[in-house]
Amino acid sequence: MFEWSASWLVYQLMGLVPATHLAAALQFFIMDLSKIFFMLVLIIYIMGLLRALLSPEKVRQYVRNRPDWQARIMAVTLGAITPFCSCSSVPLFIGFVEAGIPLGVTFSFLIASPMINEVAVVILVGILGWKLAVLYVLAGLTVAWFGGIIMQWFKPEHWVEDYVWKIQMGQTNLPEPDTSLKDRHQYALSEVKEILRRIWKWVVIGIGVGAVFHGYVPESWVSEHLSSGNWLDVPMAVLLGIPLYSNATGIIPVAEAMLNKGVAVGTTLSLMMSVAALSLPEMLILRKVIKWQALAIFVVVLGIAFILVGWGFNLL
Amino acid sequence: MKTIKVLGSGCKNCETTANLIKIAAEQAGVEINLEKVTDMAEIMSYGIMSTPGVVVDEKVVHAGGLPGPDQIREWIK
Repeated sequence: MFEWSASWLVYQLMGLVPATHLAAALQFFIMDLSKIFFMLVLIIYIMGLLRALLSPEKVRQYVRNRPDWQARIMAVTLGAITPFCSCSSVPLFIGFVEAGIPLGVTFSFLIASPMINEVAVVILVGILGWKLAVLYVLAGLTVAWFGGIIMQWFKPEHWVEDYVWKIQMGQTNLPEPDTSLKDRHQYALSEVKEILRRIWKWVVIGIGVGAVFHGYVPESWVSEHLSSGNWLDVPMAVLLGIPLYSNATGIIPVAEAMLNKGVAVGTTLSLMMSVAALSLPEMLILRKVIKWQALAIFVVVLGIAFILVGWGFNLL
Repeated sequence: MKTIKVLGSGCKNCETTANLIKIAAEQAGVEINLEKVTDMAEIMSYGIMSTPGVVVDEKVVHAGGLPGPDQIREWIK
């Protein structure tokens, strides 16, 4: 439906010739823009209606006072199903530390949270198909699981800023949400507005980059440079992803365009993960609670993990 | 007079929340004492992790995301 209307708009109404770069890029842009935003509004609304969005306060309650492996399972799962914005990383980190949750478990949560969320997963299925969505989620969960364990080996406790240990968290009973249908509807609408306002830029930029790649980058160039089986492709993709930042949803159209042109799956996955989970703004926020040594280890551990994921899938 | 505190370390939603409360109070003709709390230790001493948080007379009434207009009217009443 979206593909058909985008083609109609570009080729019939605007009268562009399908074979040109501009027409191909524009058709991709309009198709993905309408499709992704339609899906975004729908999913966020439904999740809001179910009030399925967990608050970090609840996550903290669930994870505290559990043996390590249980805590880690929960941290990774909850990190994956909760779309926290990176601005809440600092209180989250402090709250977890204060609850006595091990730092390794906290890192598992911090890795899973930006990379995987239910909104991105549904859009992944819609745009790239369920096989790739499953691969992405499994790879993300694995990286979060082992990333946290490896961070623990380095005993990151002594790199936590001193003031974090001193904070005492109070007890509070948050008011129970009103569960009438009218209130759920209003809550869901405000969630749609709130989340879209936060991520629309990343999604539009992602679709734009995907459209340019789709329309202007020739397949011969891709097969020569990005799918030649060169083992350096994956580390390059991960390095490229560090300065680039986008929301997990915004990177999907870029991945779509890359895969269409024949870029290897592993290379694409490692770029997606690097862009979503390793970013300068996120690092600067985390720097408020941990010293740069721990941040450097965090970046290196994640970078290596993404490279292994990329190589692994390229070998398959 | 009610004391309303908006908890948040300078994120955009926290600013907006404080403004919404201020405007609602002016419209209702109610005088309130509006404070912005930006110190992380103090924010977390209220037991919340998601900002903006709203505290009315030392009672936490809201945490995370923009509050709705009905909620705000309830607080300043």
